[in-house]
Amino acid sequence: MIKRGFIVQAGFAIVPIGLSLLITALLIAATGTDPAAVFALVWEGAFRDLRTAAQVVNFWIPLTLAAIGLVVTFTAGLWNIGVEGQIMMGAVFASWAALTLNLPHHLLIPVEIGLAALGGALWAALVGFLKTRLGVHEIFGGVALNALANVLSIYLISGPWQPPEGGSVRATPPFQPDALLPPISPAFTVNLLAVVVVALAIAAVTIALRGTRWGLQLKATGKNPASALLLGVPTTRSVMSAFVVCGALAGVAGAYRVLFTYGSLRPLVSGGIGFLGLLVVLLVSMRPLWVPIVTFAFAAILSGSTRLRVALQLDSSLAGVLQGTLVLAVLLTNGMRQRLAARSKSAARSSAVQREDVVLTGAIHDSRTD
Amino acid sequence: MHIELRHIHKRFGRVHANNDISLEFASGCIVGILGENGAGKSTLMKILSGYQAMDSGEIFLDGRLVRFDTPQTAIRHGIGMLQQDPLDIAAFTVLEDFIYGLPIGFLPNRRAARTELNAACKRFGFELDPDMPVAQLSIGQRQQLEFIRLLAQGVRTLILDEPTTGISAEQKAVLFNALRELAERDALTVLLVSHKLEDVIALCHEVAVLRAGRVVGKRTMPATPSELITLMFGQELLPQSRPAPYRSAAAADVLTLHDVQLRGKRITVERLSVQIRRGEIVGLAGLDGSGQELMLRACVGLLRCVRGRVLVEGQDMTGRPFRDFLRAGAAFSAAGRLEEGLVAGLTLTEHVVLTSGTSFIIDWDAAHSQTTDQIRQYNVVGEPEHLVESLSGGNQQRLLMALMPHSPKYMALEQPTRGLDVDSSRWIWQQLLDRRQQGTAVIFSSPDLDELVTYSDRILVFFAGRVFEIEDAGRTTIDELGYLIGGHFDQQTNSKVLA
Repeated sequence: MIKRGFIVQAGFAIVPIGLSLLITALLIAATGTDPAAVFALVWEGAFRDLRTAAQVVNFWIPLTLAAIGLVVTFTAGLWNIGVEGQIMMGAVFASWAALTLNLPHHLLIPVEIGLAALGGALWAALVGFLKTRLGVHEIFGGVALNALANVLSIYLISGPWQPPEGGSVRATPPFQPDALLPPISPAFTVNLLAVVVVALAIAAVTIALRGTRWGLQLKATGKNPASALLLGVPTTRSVMSAFVVCGALAGVAGAYRVLFTYGSLRPLVSGGIGFLGLLVVLLVSMRPLWVPIVTFAFAAILSGSTRLRVALQLDSSLAGVLQGTLVLAVLLTNGMRQRLAARSKSAARSSAVQREDVVLTGAIHDSRTD
Repeated sequence: MHIELRHIHKRFGRVHANNDISLEFASGCIVGILGENGAGKSTLMKILSGYQAMDSGEIFLDGRLVRFDTPQTAIRHGIGMLQQDPLDIAAFTVLEDFIYGLPIGFLPNRRAARTELNAACKRFGFELDPDMPVAQLSIGQRQQLEFIRLLAQGVRTLILDEPTTGISAEQKAVLFNALRELAERDALTVLLVSHKLEDVIALCHEVAVLRAGRVVGKRTMPATPSELITLMFGQELLPQSRPAPYRSAAAADVLTLHDVQLRGKRITVERLSVQIRRGEIVGLAGLDGSGQELMLRACVGLLRCVRGRVLVEGQDMTGRPFRDFLRAGAAFSAAGRLEEGLVAGLTLTEHVVLTSGTSFIIDWDAAHSQTTDQIRQYNVVGEPEHLVESLSGGNQQRLLMALMPHSPKYMALEQPTRGLDVDSSRWIWQQLLDRRQQGTAVIFSSPDLDELVTYSDRILVFFAGRVFEIEDAGRTTIDELGYLIGGHFDQQTNSKVLA
């Protein structure tokens, strides 16, 4: 049964990806380009050598952190659209430490990451506060705070943190070398600590949701807050803690963007990673162990398509088209899945009835295999 | 419409809810569908009205084999179901709600619909204002609206699920007259699912009795209540006598509402002062939405009083959240078990873990065996790893009982036996009485006058936000209570005005 469940789950993750690839291929063919060449180029763009593979991993790290955090908020029944802003605030907090603190490398890095987690958590707690105290739905609160975080980062870049050569809205000055995360090797530019943090986050969230009272309380709150409250669950605390945990993970994701990917703070530093994370979590129906696999597929496609413009004069926004069709394909397959589930359930019941009839007549003795 | 059901089967997991059911209902006949909780009545009615698909079996309408998998197709075939909680749209006006299910074109003819609505109201003696928002109707009026809406859609068989719960005596009389007339003149077939035997006796021509998913009896009326009970349970139940009151010389107050004002969506209870004593059972009577639920929720901090104070054993708890009341020794259960009480999608074990213990890491093996013990002790038919929504109503209520604190200072219960059969109701009351013997006070609301008179030491009657007290429930009668619920407070000697 477990094996079959695994295959079904894998199928429902793969089918939409395949479907969106097909639609994208048709679009490419319509422009007179060979789709096979495009996909080969995307594959090559992602895994041609260590350098491009490192780019994939560098995209995978923050995306997975955000997605694993979103598993927590989704479990609590929350649409944390504000995750984008939480990534940005994590980046802002980490940038503050990188630009102003004068500490040795081994102290500065934990401080930066800790502050990033704090920044993301605070921004998320604000959404939670608006929801639990003032009755503002988390989607509206999240959208507003995303915009606010964006404005704040642009203000910082073009104001207090502008480079000495004059005002610019492009980036802050590069951070001091001690403030940056080091790569594993010059050939494979990925930070090892970040990979470890991602693995720990996945393990911690998986265990917390399965085996702790906190996880069960989140689940109850997500499924029915009114009943959960009557059963004695501190629902407000559940909602707040889910936001804080997700915000902290998103903040760390933001830190990785500024402390490794860019080496400075830029506007829109999250680059849609949070929204993509929402899509991933829906795609894997909130199972934390599936998150890293699907995020890796996304990271490969998006990172691989950056070479399209150079090689085929195709705009790299083709990756956006692929992403868009993927959203539609996910919705479509989820709908189909629900229909199939409903149908197979009733089919299983009628076959169970028939099986019992057979047993009753004594013709065949069928032992239950499940 | 002549209906024939042949070999209907329906399973939910291991439960065989409908096991080879074959029944025939004649045209123009009013049939009572009886059975204890979990007997399979609701499942059968849901299958017949298209809300649920059967696993196997055949349905013949007027000799024609039909198949439907949605309520719309069932209605198109002439079968409509009037749910206990009518499926109307609160944001609509009466007229809009009436129109939306009709087979009309793109632009509805509001004037024709209005005429039809008014004609139907006149025919059946219903009082419905076409322009009134559905949200402002009483349960009885919503039922009347749903009734004529289904008929206007051409329904020739009407299924009614517990139609007399929460409606007034006059509304019940009007409804029954309408049903009789339709059965006689228009050959409407009526299937009535009800726990209230007096309703079945008053209305039905025939009864069909289900037990454990099978048809165990069919008979034509008239029959006495004890004959019907014997058919339903396989044995006769002795009438319930009034339980002995809690005996304690020092019956201190556990809960005090002092001069509180309670504001609901539709009504406000002004200046209510009540003291609840240790071991006391206080029944709250009144039509649905007359203020009882406001008081019950105010007792446990789920509703904030606009004014006044709430004291638990003398300690001021005004404005404190529900969880503080829980900690202070309160317990609460709501009328809708799956809406407020149990969490659909969680297992029995997960519910037990949520309500017991404090350890951060969950020991699932220990929780599983604890759940096994609890469900055995409380006679819950189900497995620890089952999802709660797969339990029948009676078993859900038993589980809720098992999840409640074991010796609270007081319990505030919204309709604790809602939708339960006689046997399950008595079991619930036995549990409550056991707790009362340990000094727990019980405050409960109920639409069932019999239950109120039987179990209460004291009854508070709610009418449109006003509250009257019957100090000695042992000396009141169902008739007297019925008058009070209808708002006739004048000639009562045994009662006094509280708010």
